[in-house]
Amino acid sequence: MMSKIKSFDELKSVQERLKAGRDPKKPCITICVGTGCLAYGTRKLVDNFREELAKRDLTGKIDFRTSGCHGFCERGPMVVISPEKIFYQRVGLDDAGEIIDKTVLTGEIIDRLLYVDPQTGEKYVHEDDVPFYKKQTRLVFGQNSKVDPESMDDYLAIGGYGALGKALTGMKPEEIIQEVIKANLRGRGGGGFPAGWKWDETRKAKGEPKYIICNADEGDPGAYMDRSLLEGNPHLVLEGMIIGAYAIGSSQGYIYVRNEYPLAVKNINIAIRQAREAGLLGKNIMGSGFSFDLKINRGGGAFVCGESSALFASLEGRAGEPRAKYIHATDKGLYDKPTNLNNVETWANIPFIINRGADWFAGIGTEGSKGTKIFSLVGKINNTGLVEVPMGTTIRTIVFEIGGGIPGGKKFKAIQTGGPSGGCIPEAHLDLPVDFDELTKIGSMMGSGGMIVMDENNCMVDVAKYFTNFLVSESCGKCVPCREGIRRMRDILADIADGKGREGDVELLQSMAQGIQDGALCALGNSAPNPVMSTIRYFRDEYEAHIKEKRCPAGVCRALITYSVDPEKCTGCTLCAKVCPTKAATGVKKEAHTIDPAKCTKCGACRESCKFDAIIVR
Amino acid sequence: MINLTIDNKKIEAEAGQTILEVARENGVVIPTLCSHESIEPSGSCRLCVVEIKHGKRTRVVTSCLYPVAEGLIVDTKSERVMNVRRLVLQLLLARCPESEQLKEMASEMGVLAEPRFTPDKDNVKCILCRMCVRTCEKVVGVSAIGFSYRGTDKKVCTPFEEESVTCIGCGACAYICPTGHIEMETTQSGDSRTIWGRTFKMATCTVCGRYFAPEDQLKYISKTADVPMENLAVCVSCR
Amino acid sequence: MEDKVKNIIKKYGSDKSFIVPILQDVQKEFNYLPKDALFSVSAHLSVPISRVYEVVTFYKAFSLKPKGRNQLSLCMGTACHVRGAELIASNVSDILGIKEGDTTADLEYSFETVGCLGACALGPVLVVNGEYHGHMNIAKSTKILKKLGKKGATNDEQD
Repeated sequence: MMSKIKSFDELKSVQERLKAGRDPKKPCITICVGTGCLAYGTRKLVDNFREELAKRDLTGKIDFRTSGCHGFCERGPMVVISPEKIFYQRVGLDDAGEIIDKTVLTGEIIDRLLYVDPQTGEKYVHEDDVPFYKKQTRLVFGQNSKVDPESMDDYLAIGGYGALGKALTGMKPEEIIQEVIKANLRGRGGGGFPAGWKWDETRKAKGEPKYIICNADEGDPGAYMDRSLLEGNPHLVLEGMIIGAYAIGSSQGYIYVRNEYPLAVKNINIAIRQAREAGLLGKNIMGSGFSFDLKINRGGGAFVCGESSALFASLEGRAGEPRAKYIHATDKGLYDKPTNLNNVETWANIPFIINRGADWFAGIGTEGSKGTKIFSLVGKINNTGLVEVPMGTTIRTIVFEIGGGIPGGKKFKAIQTGGPSGGCIPEAHLDLPVDFDELTKIGSMMGSGGMIVMDENNCMVDVAKYFTNFLVSESCGKCVPCREGIRRMRDILADIADGKGREGDVELLQSMAQGIQDGALCALGNSAPNPVMSTIRYFRDEYEAHIKEKRCPAGVCRALITYSVDPEKCTGCTLCAKVCPTKAATGVKKEAHTIDPAKCTKCGACRESCKFDAIIVR
Repeated sequence: MINLTIDNKKIEAEAGQTILEVARENGVVIPTLCSHESIEPSGSCRLCVVEIKHGKRTRVVTSCLYPVAEGLIVDTKSERVMNVRRLVLQLLLARCPESEQLKEMASEMGVLAEPRFTPDKDNVKCILCRMCVRTCEKVVGVSAIGFSYRGTDKKVCTPFEEESVTCIGCGACAYICPTGHIEMETTQSGDSRTIWGRTFKMATCTVCGRYFAPEDQLKYISKTADVPMENLAVCVSCR
Repeated sequence: MEDKVKNIIKKYGSDKSFIVPILQDVQKEFNYLPKDALFSVSAHLSVPISRVYEVVTFYKAFSLKPKGRNQLSLCMGTACHVRGAELIASNVSDILGIKEGDTTADLEYSFETVGCLGACALGPVLVVNGEYHGHMNIAKSTKILKKLGKKGATNDEQD
């Protein structure tokens, strides 16, 4: 247990002592134990490493660290061996002994564990050379691989809480706010509202106490950067929040975290306990006279609680229904007191701004959007993972250079950003520099940073239906346009997908969208028609094909497609007949098979199993 | 005093008033379905939206919640406003095809049912205006009814959709319901009434002998207002 | 039951703003939210039962019905959707004979779909009794159900 740190000088000496105790040349094995990698069974690999190190009497002689998410989730389990930063991916759960014997002890590279670029066939030994990492600017996220999220020492050893020390001892609250305003840090949770202005309003608002909240109710499907930050580097988020609390004049904070993120809840709880023990949370922080503490609230599984007023309702112990925000939360938020809400990634940027200054931060990014942004690049993409790039990086760079393009030689069709409030961006906009304003201009939005890549096999009507369905099940039900309007839009979209679309449906959807945008009570309702609007805007021909020709060009909408076998490609391996649950696929061994359309339920099992691409879906 | 313009009419208002209040005081009609003077506005029906211009920005806001401000320009019948109202009414007509009130309102506003919306069968007449729930909680103070579920599954009910132990049978929810969705049945003799699936025994007036209020309601008033039961034994007309 | 609920509430300092986490802990204790437990939460926190019921039914994490011995949740996040999660959902529903969100009559299986688990690289993801199974497909989901002992998961000749 750490004794209380009573001054900035004392913090500095603790940092120095921890740093000095670490030999940068000493071999260190780092394993990613983020949720993604754990899902690959990485826990067993960790146990194996510990066991193998002990067997060789190397425990303590070789550093071994479990860290948060490194971002390259596609290639887990991942092991990095320092100081050379040798990068092993898709490591087998029993490879621990071999890695220690060969690479750690004798420097030999294990060829089969290296990353091979699927496009060029080139092999990479060092982490920094891998194209996925090379094109990124890993500012906020980069610390993840340097710290064990359960170790406050790790965080202090890389200079952690230094920004807090600097802020508490050398800066007035107003100066901190001016720095954040000057940095033009915009909210990473979706809206992109300048954080500094919000802080300023909350500070100036009348009413006590003032609350600050970290919104970790990351609900956009396909976005998980906030979870990875909270679970991989919780002290960074805490440090940002404590600085914010000091600047705003708040003594009580909350972290509202999704219940679906158990590891994040666990790690942030550990971090809070450690920070309290070290005197970095609680009364008289670092001897400055400033006091602040935090509570964690787990959400209950409601997307709408990411909306600030619904989040307040949930924190107050009620159903998460938004209220009209004609009076700002900075004046009347949680319990009607001045409240400042920022999302995880926004808070995580604060220590960097304080440490390195607003000018440095504003030097990164575009005119209107400064700094970096973490995106979760998912869907039909080779390198699924978390990607951090400067604002203004083009979609093309993100998808093709960092993401490694589309798997299976398929064609890029669209990229969806902004979650259920966002839109689908077509190929024509691949060279769009991604920032808050550019995305809004073309009918999408930044949102929390989800990027879902779609290829030629994805149907845009189906995608619109998917998001609308999601919103139907997540609408709180308070106001009429959202509760009743979205489900009617969904019904029309379902009709179109079922081949029951009518002339005039697209126009009706557009007029409804306008009414919902203007009429819904909260921002989620207002933006709910976006996925429909953007797919109509860019893929109207696909809607027309469904409505007029009763055809799904991508081969997705079940009512409009039939399954058949290409006799040229079929080898008669009989696999499709074996997996077909309704015995619709039949045939004699080594002869071309057939599918009986009367029995076929279009479940897709045959296409999924066929190794010869012989199942035709039209 | 605050100066604003509603539909090109210069109007003076007091700080803290909402656009809806000021409009009504000045004879400007804004349709509503979830607003009542005895309960706080909730802004759920969205029928009362108006378009405002304040500075350079134009936007659609809920008049029952939006506070008046100096120099505000309000248009209660702009194209965007009428589009929202039409959509809201069409959606509610499809939700509650049996509601006479909605049909009347629609015909007054010249709104026709949207044929593309298949009318619901299961919502009867509830438009989820929330007035009953708010009345039960804030005016009566028993919170016998509430909402369950969310989104399209949301409905007003007693907990677990069973007889509520806290309900006093006062019927305030039925009185305030704008569409007549909440049913309250009284026996021919008037000795009992049934609401939300529970039957309440009615008390008789010690003077005129008529049934006048549920016994549970009198007990509740006695308890909360600290009035002896004897003082509550006479009906309003005999008092 | 009363004592267990009381202890949980005490842990949160009888603060009604913690009703959501309190209910989460109660559900963890009993595997669902029994009606009696909700009445004691209401009494001890001085929150009307109608408000407790409202909260319980509003949030998806809560269940008023006992969950099955085996719990399956399929991620329906966007990344999983574009990789065919819907077809897997139909398959699991068909084999178990229940709709998503339901539990089989013998209380053996609960099947639900969830928003996004944030394991997009592994999508589609099926979580079986807390264990993640990535890169799910129709055949794999059939196999998993068969392994759990579900009769009716067909294709005996397959493995």
